[in-house]
Amino acid sequence: MYFCIPNIYLDTMSQKQLLTTKEIHIILHRLACQLIENHSDFKETVLIGIQPRGTYLANRIKNFLENDYQIPNIKLGYLDITFYRDDFRRGDKPLEANKTHIDFIVEDKNVVFIDDVLYTGRSIRAALTAIQSFGRPKEIELLTLIDRRFSRHLPIQPSYRGRQVDAINQEKVKVYWEEVQGEDAVFLINN
Amino acid sequence: MSELSVNHLLGIKYLKEKDIQLIFETADHFKEVINRPIKKVPSLRDITIANLFFENSTRTRLSFELAEKRLSADVINFSAASSSVKKGETLIDTVNNILSMKVDMVVMRHPNPGAGIFLSKHVDASIVNAGDGAHEHPTQALLDSYSIRERLGDVSGKKVVIVGDILHSRVALSNIFALKLQGAQVKVCGPKTLIPRYIEKLGVEVELDLRKALEWCDVANMLRVQNERMEISYFPSTREYAQQYGVTKELLNSLDKEIVIMHPGPINRGVEITSDVADSKQAIILDQVENGVAVRMAVIYLLASKIKK
Repeated sequence: MYFCIPNIYLDTMSQKQLLTTKEIHIILHRLACQLIENHSDFKETVLIGIQPRGTYLANRIKNFLENDYQIPNIKLGYLDITFYRDDFRRGDKPLEANKTHIDFIVEDKNVVFIDDVLYTGRSIRAALTAIQSFGRPKEIELLTLIDRRFSRHLPIQPSYRGRQVDAINQEKVKVYWEEVQGEDAVFLINN
Repeated sequence: MSELSVNHLLGIKYLKEKDIQLIFETADHFKEVINRPIKKVPSLRDITIANLFFENSTRTRLSFELAEKRLSADVINFSAASSSVKKGETLIDTVNNILSMKVDMVVMRHPNPGAGIFLSKHVDASIVNAGDGAHEHPTQALLDSYSIRERLGDVSGKKVVIVGDILHSRVALSNIFALKLQGAQVKVCGPKTLIPRYIEKLGVEVELDLRKALEWCDVANMLRVQNERMEISYFPSTREYAQQYGVTKELLNSLDKEIVIMHPGPINRGVEITSDVADSKQAIILDQVENGVAVRMAVIYLLASKIKK
């Protein structure tokens, strides 16, 4: 061996930061404002975080709406889509279920699905089916932090998007949240 | 989430502790699902399940059928009374004929112990034992433990007494395996004639005095006296059995603590337990029935996830 690349250097080579903490905060504020524009007092609107990773974003948006924009009583639920996915028994790994927690009526409400990354659109397809178990919403919108365009398998588009990313299929978009990884950041990882 | 260590549910004896935990965690999700306005998920829409009941059953069959339908599986039902079994067809032939119709999973109740194990070695389908003679009834034991966990928070360390006809009971055997696996202490209680010899080898204690057993336990699982499996008399009369081994409200009130009463059904009111006990808040008999659907959904879902197409 003539030279050796330290592991840490390899790590930085294989991943590129797409969004910093500051950029994420600006985007979250914008998304919150766009929601207010369409839903004003949120009396007829409910937010649904898609399990597992959409729940962090959904909690943030709820906090911004309540604390920074003084909109009280935002209804937020978590929806698990495991049992509605179309890849049951097709993957190598068994699907892991998470808790669904929706303690309000979605019948005739404006529902906003919240997820961190929109990729193939299959999760959202499953969520559209899953939410029907809780009633018939008046309308459903979709908010995502990252929209990976060019990789959709289904005709699904976000109503509110944080950042559009052009990534090829081998690349992965990873969203880090302060609550989990200790910082807010979005990385593009090349496998 | 990991997956089950088995491809069939033939008995609790073949499960590991982590299998039981996985089934319970999955059942938690399904319990939430079956309390929704629309109680159905599409997970198993490409799975076909045959319910083969070579022995009578109401609760278990309905519970399995409901669990399968809540998971969107296609279901066919078969009962021995109205089938070619009466014409002399063997078990393997019957099942292989059904499997030729592209069935992925078989839920079977059979009067012969080991019928499920035998079948699993000879046919190409996932087998769920819904009771095989006096051997095992794994889903009943799972839902019993799940109900204890729901009421008392945990099964580990709890004291459970199984009362009644231990000799003829598959529920007792599966419960003993399941409770011991989860770290509970188990005693069996009943007339000496209905307690199998060498039962202590399974790590359980025998208590012939019902009052002492109830004073010791946190949970009492009251089994039905299985008259249909008794060819000879095991006790003088039903009345005498009820006097010695029946739980009454007076008996429960005289204990210095509130124990949980379970019963796998069907209840002989006035024999194993009196009506006021069965309908009291201490009894979780109807919770057991509700949990039965969630636990069976979990078992079927987890086994189905191992069927590769």
